[in-house]
Amino acid sequence: MENIVLEARNITKYFPGILANDHINFDLYSKEVHTLLGENGAGKTTLVNIFDGLYYPNEGEVYVNGKIANINSPLDAMKFGIGMIHQHFMLVDTLTVVENVVLGFQKQGFRLDNNSIVKKIQEISEQYNLKVNPYAKIWQLSVGEQQRVEIIKMLYRGANILILDEPTAVLTPQEIDSLFLIINKIKSDGKSVIFISHKLEEVLKVSDRITVLKKGKVVGTVNKEHATEKELALMMVGREVLFRFDRKPTADGKDILKIENLEGYNDRGVKRLKGVNLTVKSGEIFGIAGVAGNGQEELAESITGLRKSSKGKIFIGSCESTNLLPSRILKKGVNYIPADRIRTGLIPNLSSVDNAILRCYMRKPISNTFTVNFTKAKDYANKIITEFNIMVPRLDAPVKLLSGGNMQKLLLAREILEEPILLIAVHPTRGLDIGATELVRKKLIEARDKGAAVLLISEDLDEIIMLSDRIGVIYDGKIVGLVDSKNAQINNIGLMMGGSKNLNVQKG
Amino acid sequence: MLGPTLQTILINLLYTAVRSGTIILFPTIGEIFAERSGVMNLGIEGMMIIGAFFGFVVTYTTKNPYLGFVAGMLAGGVASLIHAFIVITLQGRQVVSGLALTIFGLGITNFYGQRFINAQLNVSLSRFAIPLLSKIPIIGIIFFKQDIFVYFSYIVAIFMWYVLYKTKVGIQLRATGENAAAADAMGVNVYATRYFWTFFGGLLAGAGGAYLTIVYAPFWLDGITAGRGWIAVALVIFAMWDPINAIFGAYLFGSIDALQFLLQARGTTIPSSLLSMQPYLLTFIVIVIASLIVRLKHIGVPRELGLPFSREEK
Repeated sequence: MENIVLEARNITKYFPGILANDHINFDLYSKEVHTLLGENGAGKTTLVNIFDGLYYPNEGEVYVNGKIANINSPLDAMKFGIGMIHQHFMLVDTLTVVENVVLGFQKQGFRLDNNSIVKKIQEISEQYNLKVNPYAKIWQLSVGEQQRVEIIKMLYRGANILILDEPTAVLTPQEIDSLFLIINKIKSDGKSVIFISHKLEEVLKVSDRITVLKKGKVVGTVNKEHATEKELALMMVGREVLFRFDRKPTADGKDILKIENLEGYNDRGVKRLKGVNLTVKSGEIFGIAGVAGNGQEELAESITGLRKSSKGKIFIGSCESTNLLPSRILKKGVNYIPADRIRTGLIPNLSSVDNAILRCYMRKPISNTFTVNFTKAKDYANKIITEFNIMVPRLDAPVKLLSGGNMQKLLLAREILEEPILLIAVHPTRGLDIGATELVRKKLIEARDKGAAVLLISEDLDEIIMLSDRIGVIYDGKIVGLVDSKNAQINNIGLMMGGSKNLNVQKG
Repeated sequence: MLGPTLQTILINLLYTAVRSGTIILFPTIGEIFAERSGVMNLGIEGMMIIGAFFGFVVTYTTKNPYLGFVAGMLAGGVASLIHAFIVITLQGRQVVSGLALTIFGLGITNFYGQRFINAQLNVSLSRFAIPLLSKIPIIGIIFFKQDIFVYFSYIVAIFMWYVLYKTKVGIQLRATGENAAAADAMGVNVYATRYFWTFFGGLLAGAGGAYLTIVYAPFWLDGITAGRGWIAVALVIFAMWDPINAIFGAYLFGSIDALQFLLQARGTTIPSSLLSMQPYLLTFIVIVIASLIVRLKHIGVPRELGLPFSREEK
């Protein structure tokens, strides 16, 4: 008989203004992978954070092995055998693997006994096929390796219930496959796994049961045998989603952005761009696919002038723009949607009006030579808000009060209304719900149809394939392959993203 | 060629340099640990002078310098708890709170110190030579014929280096200053860790102050710490947040301080105000150089230094 190892009864949790979990019931059997499926903001992470003791529920109880469990902190959770692997890894970059594994571990004397810890880590590594160098510092490891460290950390503490919050979001297809093998091994060892994702295909591959959440409520729980992708998608969004975008046929435009042998360093002084070559034409979307941390953000920052490049050349239009001031590059008609919309894209404490006019406050009609015309500025903001369907509490409320989707729409509107000749969009739909995602994508296509050259950088491979005319795969600071999106094979792109060589790919 | 007189002068100079360096070594080590946990305390000057005051008064009334030293430490520790409460529990600005603590310390000791002005301590602290080590030529005299508090500072520096890098407590401390959320998720009590190390920083700031008024300059003057707390703040950067490096930094400043005294005592023609400026000038130069190195190498600075931590806030 299967027995229930973890059960949530009537869990309710609210944050100021948001009901994140609304009377949720959930159970987990031993030797089971139970998936929580839902859109952003459906309450998946809030629920598992309650299991992990990071949040305390306003109502309801958690039971572990049939007994009520009062989990006040991650330390308590560990005592109940619950170990969580967060979406943003909880690792200390400057410490080694060993130090991260024993951090906060109670059954460890005052002095560190490195040898015995390393031995135990190696045992776990072998048993679950989690290869990692125990003496490496975290910042030296790839994202996939860091995830393995997280799993080792939990197994080291003897976790019986493993929670994986969107573990596949940052992995290549190959890394995802090996993660699933690890999950199966963990399951067959008698442990249980709570898996969180919004990618239907994966969910069906790895789960035994699936619970769908929507707006903080349970929509239903289904066994894998009885579930189909279509049915799950319907439960998740409440309507059928069709991502089809009408677009003009690909025009053979002029070269707008041309990059030759570009090299550059990241903030830590590590070389991140190692000779990038690419060309983006007017009237096309050029997608850059790749796993996070292969130079994407450094590339975008080099083009926009926010980061100095050490070697190579960048041409915008026909003029060279390598290492020019950002303001000069901006004046050439380059607009930018940065990855970090809160810190780089917007000024969180200023109002929607102030943020909306950030690009055009220096010229008419918003400003005269010296003063800003706030009536005109308000009109402009109002226009943006209506056109892009942005929900704001008040026009003068700070934008940090907006939801992620509305912030992104505001940012997109501000940049795209400048009618750029080159638009650079980095992770433009990351963390957005389906409605906002659809609008952002539609607007990017519109900009392309109007003749802009669009450089799209995203970790979401589906998005890249859906939107791009051509795709370049970035790996280790180089474009390792160019693919026409019409005959793009997701498998090949995945292999290139993971650094596989000897692939027969188109050269561009 | 060093004549015997010049050699004696130099040895004396360095001997005094160690004593003078000890005054800032204690607070520097304390601040290194507070900052490693993520709490910057610019109140060192304030905690030092509170420690100096209590150290002086307790020694003055009980004639017991050891009791005075412990009292000075505790006074510094208690003062640091004000800062801890404001920045950890109330999540106030660390810079503002630290500056306020400095002003508070200078003010309160000025007020209660009125009647002790120019009072002298009549305790002389015995120095004792460490067997074997004190027999080493030159170095033996400079480092190993000192008083017990100097030896205590050696032990603190070396032991705390061991704690920082080789123990469970050290990992918890470093993790808390680098990534508090990760430490929290791994079951480290972030608040307790920060309180503890801020308090530790206060104890050592108090110790530095007490050493100043009990041993180095055994009398009471208003504002007697004379900016040494700020030198300690700079030394933390110079030391790249490492207690062993702090030793070198502290003795470097100690040498300048001692040299300045020596020159004044010998009646040089250089104006005394220019001479007293030297340590602060050096602080300025050192902090520029150290900041450049930190920037170039991207090492040392605890990543979440100065940031408050709250579990449910996103």
